Amino acid sequence: METEETISNWGQLCSDEMTPPDIFGSGRPLNRESFTIRIFLTTLSLLTLYALFTMDYQGVDIARATADTFHSFKIVFMEPSTQRLGLWNAFYEVLVTMGLAFLSTLFGGVIALFLGLLSAQNLAPRWVTGCIKSFVAFIRAIPTILWVLIFAVAAGLGSAAAVIGMTFHSISYLTKAYSESFEELDRNVIEALSASGANWWQIVFQAVIPSSAAYLLSWTFMRFEINFANAIAMGAAAGAAGIGFDLFMAGGYYFDLKEVGLITYIVLAFAIVLEMIATHMKSNIHQKT
Amino acid sequence: MQQADIFIKRRNDRWIFFAVLAVLTVGSIIITQYDVLKGFTSIVKAFVWGISNFYPDIESMAKLPDILLKLRETVLMSIASTTVAAVFAILLALMGSRTTRMSRFFSVMARGIASLFRNIPLVAWAMVLMLAFSQSPLTGYLALFFGSLGFLTRSFIETIDEVSHDAVEALEATGAGYFHVIFQAVLPSSLPQMISWLLFMIDTNIRDATLVGFLTGTGIGFSFDLYYKSMNFHAASLVVMLIVITIIIIETASNMIRRNMM
Repeated sequence: METEETISNWGQLCSDEMTPPDIFGSGRPLNRESFTIRIFLTTLSLLTLYALFTMDYQGVDIARATADTFHSFKIVFMEPSTQRLGLWNAFYEVLVTMGLAFLSTLFGGVIALFLGLLSAQNLAPRWVTGCIKSFVAFIRAIPTILWVLIFAVAAGLGSAAAVIGMTFHSISYLTKAYSESFEELDRNVIEALSASGANWWQIVFQAVIPSSAAYLLSWTFMRFEINFANAIAMGAAAGAAGIGFDLFMAGGYYFDLKEVGLITYIVLAFAIVLEMIATHMKSNIHQKT
Repeated sequence: MQQADIFIKRRNDRWIFFAVLAVLTVGSIIITQYDVLKGFTSIVKAFVWGISNFYPDIESMAKLPDILLKLRETVLMSIASTTVAAVFAILLALMGSRTTRMSRFFSVMARGIASLFRNIPLVAWAMVLMLAFSQSPLTGYLALFFGSLGFLTRSFIETIDEVSHDAVEALEATGAGYFHVIFQAVLPSSLPQMISWLLFMIDTNIRDATLVGFLTGTGIGFSFDLYYKSMNFHAASLVVMLIVITIIIIETASNMIRRNMM
């Protein structure tokens, strides 16, 4: 199992058997791999050029706007300060954002644990895994912000809608990750256990979950990291509490770049700590295997 | 005796784990003022409401051409920002990877840039860029570009580190120069994996573009915002449906490309 991968990188687990494809065409005939790569890269470049040429620039003076933006970034990164929010309040708001991320990761994790068991090919019948996989793909296709807003109609804008909306995406991500971890378990172990009379629940709680606990924890923490970023975005776009909302107010309402700078620095500090913990967890797993 | 100790220790560890989890949960519920009951009842309410209100009707079909135009703009913007970011990310990744770096200093710098750009919230990029580029698609394009640059650089560094080590050693043993090694060993062996990341990023960016559009008033995010705030939920549901179809098409295409490539 490659824990570096974000799981949405579906179906690329065979990287170590990969032979370098001949993309630069040094005389040998094209094989399927290099043909696909060439077609893909050409299409992508053409689409990009087309997009850049047909974009509606709305008369923006690009040179001036770029200069202005550089100036803005200079203020953001060089002169961070706070007038309205206050330093301690900003830290408190980051904690609120962490809380939103934690709750949605927890709810998502609990539900995904069951869905993950039901979509692991060695634990559930094929039609069940198929159903759950398409359900999860559907959840994933709708952006988090839209989930949150759809729930906001019923729950009102606020932390309830944000947590439920973010939980949905966490379910989809973690179900996929968990089921892949469960599938790592040797089929023989399961067969041996069921031959000795263990029922499905016993197999799950005595063998499957304990043996993949480290993976599960690592994936869950990675999702927490993603949810922290999501919670900031939801604070800004969907009026959920936390530092995201303050960021939106500072940038979009008061045009206070210095406060945007301060908030960015604080968020950055927390995010980098989370990233370091996640990297550490991943390397621990690698050492064990 | 020792065996029993291990079991006791394991049980204690489990208790500590669940106790910490419980404390964090209660703390989070208090600090976010999350209403547990309302949270769960609203799921049911939202589904009931969704079934009775959130579907496209005949009237909303009149908005279809408008929405499709915005969707096209958003998809093209996402693809363009991903591709351009990927070009810069490859350069940074070659500087940053342990296998291909020219000096330790550049490597640390490239990794630092990746981490910085990846962790600055998308909202902050969008807010700052909007001041100068106002409500043009360029705002969204640049915001997505910066985020993608950080993410792709990090992924590309990991890819190069993982995949190309043996090929580089083999080629270096024959006395090949730096650029020869890059073009004959590093890029060919890591390209399929990199393209896989690229496809993932396009898919992510389309979803993030919705968010940025929401904040900056551009693209498909703005369409949704408009219909949502004017309570035209039939048209809003049409937007959601078109996004779902787009994402699923792109995902299917991505899987096809990956299958043919690996």
